[in-house]
Amino acid sequence: MNVHEFQAKQILREHGVAVPEGYVAEDAASVQDIAQRLGGRVVVKAQIHAGGRGKAGGVKLASSPQEAAEHAQNMLGRPLVTHQTGPEGRIVKRVLVERAYEIDRELYLGLVVDRESSRVVFMASAEGGVDIEEVAARSPEKIFKETIDPGVGMAHFQARRLAKGLGIPAELSRQVTGFMLGLYRVFVAKDCSMVEVNPLVLTAEGEVLALDAKLNFDPNALFRHPELADLRDPDEEDPAEARAAEFGLSYISLSGDIGCMVNGAGLAMATMDIIKHFGGEPANFLDVGGSADVQRVTEAFKIILADSNVKGVLVNIFGGIMKCDTIAEGVLAAAREVGITVPLVVRLEGTNVELGRKLLEESDLDVISATSMADAAQRIVEAVRTGGGAQ
Amino acid sequence: MSILVSRKTRLITQGITGSAGRFHTLQCREYGTEVVGGVTPGKGGTLVDGLPVFDTVEEAVKETGANTSMIFVPPPFAADAIMEAVDAGIELVVCITEGIPVLDMVKVKRFMEGKRSRLVGPNCPGVISPGEAKVGIMPGYIHAPGHVGVLSRSGTLTYEAVHQLTSRGIGQSTCVGIGGDPVNGTDFIEALELFNEDPDTLAVVLIGEIGGVAEERAAQWIKDNMNKPVIAFVAGRTAPKGKRMGHAGAIIAGGKGTAADKIAAFEACGIPVAPTPADIGETMVQALKERGLYQRCLTVRR
Repeated sequence: MNVHEFQAKQILREHGVAVPEGYVAEDAASVQDIAQRLGGRVVVKAQIHAGGRGKAGGVKLASSPQEAAEHAQNMLGRPLVTHQTGPEGRIVKRVLVERAYEIDRELYLGLVVDRESSRVVFMASAEGGVDIEEVAARSPEKIFKETIDPGVGMAHFQARRLAKGLGIPAELSRQVTGFMLGLYRVFVAKDCSMVEVNPLVLTAEGEVLALDAKLNFDPNALFRHPELADLRDPDEEDPAEARAAEFGLSYISLSGDIGCMVNGAGLAMATMDIIKHFGGEPANFLDVGGSADVQRVTEAFKIILADSNVKGVLVNIFGGIMKCDTIAEGVLAAAREVGITVPLVVRLEGTNVELGRKLLEESDLDVISATSMADAAQRIVEAVRTGGGAQ
Repeated sequence: MSILVSRKTRLITQGITGSAGRFHTLQCREYGTEVVGGVTPGKGGTLVDGLPVFDTVEEAVKETGANTSMIFVPPPFAADAIMEAVDAGIELVVCITEGIPVLDMVKVKRFMEGKRSRLVGPNCPGVISPGEAKVGIMPGYIHAPGHVGVLSRSGTLTYEAVHQLTSRGIGQSTCVGIGGDPVNGTDFIEALELFNEDPDTLAVVLIGEIGGVAEERAAQWIKDNMNKPVIAFVAGRTAPKGKRMGHAGAIIAGGKGTAADKIAAFEACGIPVAPTPADIGETMVQALKERGLYQRCLTVRR
């Protein structure tokens, strides 16, 4: 789960991590007032979840309250297109107005859960303000890392070692290490999956501030963070993905024309792969989960068919504990309720497979029954290519 | 022979009184696993289908001699359940639970350092040694005893692979689902070590997916250490970057973890990769024929 920059900064502030003085506004007049209060020279930052805002014109320096209001006017209510938003962009509904600082240095700090060590790893680089993945690829020696013992937490010496690596002057060392320890506290307190401060700035006045901040939260831990649920912004989520999540379905929309419904994430990915292998393009990833009952299957069909690009649907179910005849009944009931007008290929395997196939074959619905994954993929690709219905 | 679970397995289920825990415990017993009891705090002294329920794992071990635990405890309490089993000296802990917070698992891994227990999972289908014991939620009947090990991060995709093997007459020594979470117990390399040492395993199918670099590391380990043929499949060639594909661990992040990278790593180490999920069985058949192992691996009577 993602949050906006202003929300991330509020969380940092609550944990004693220094951020620039700033306020959120939804209209140009408020922006002008805020800029006035902050002394006139401010930065206006569009609040959308996607990265790459600076290059796309979503972060503007203003030297007067009037100029700040003009920048806000140009951003608010309009789409901002960055390299992460896709061509349609995201509508800017709010801007963050922050006091502008004289910046001496820009640094990078980041925390992630490292799979190899099964620990939280704290990363720091003197090359702030740029894409850290580029730094990692070009000169990995410029990224300093500390692996943190979960039983102890981040030790002071680890923060000092990172600060030393970054070449922090002695008079700012305590501020920087304090900042790092605070960032680790946020990571643990909020069950983050990623925390990134890029850039962390040292100002001419000797301040240490998170100029930008990105927090991602572990969706599995949201049950113990009800306060984070309030920060969710439905406008920033794909409506189909959000709707799927409500029904316990895992759905990701893609750009192709073959809708897929599969049980199990690995098999769902493999089904997308085999569609592509036979020359088709999957329209989505969809895992109906282990208990594919009629309601879930119906809901899954609705979500898949709501995508106007979908020209055919492939259902691939390996019945384990779930019996194939139950699944077949679910597919048929759902198909009747939803009214499927595009070709539908169903491949069932596993428990009671013969019963399941028989149900499909004897039904009055146009269902193309397939015997294997390869057969299923070839049939749906062919059906979509010829634009034909069932045989 | 087999790895991890066998006729020597004495199984308890943590969370045995929940509906999934109860159902799968009975399924495991029906398959032939020696199930000796279960644990649900507060339900000690009761019975589930004749199986004694205990309040703590420690009591269950003392009373039943259990050496293996299967966990169905809900996500908020699952990490604690794993640590309780480890503390009680359970040799093999198989955690089925999906949705455990990753920082809980970071603590569990720290807790397990220096202890003798092995963890499989979480968020996994479990472990089965066909004809001997089943500790998990996989459908038992698709498996058949034999000499090919199956190792996977996935659930139903593993069933697909097993089905392809069995329908080609190739039985399995043990099938291990290590789970789809970013921080988990037994990894590919640890399971490969066990398969490498198991005299009854003659070849291994490894099924990976996008996310992390576990497949790349496994490929190198196989090249350097494995004295048995391995074939691989990697799911997620078509997965977009930055999207979590169902499993918490199945995400291409920071430019790492693409299927193309993993396939290239396997191929660079001389490990055949099935071009599609429908070719897993056939790719194994070819590898067995090339090594002259096919006849010995043809253990399923039709």
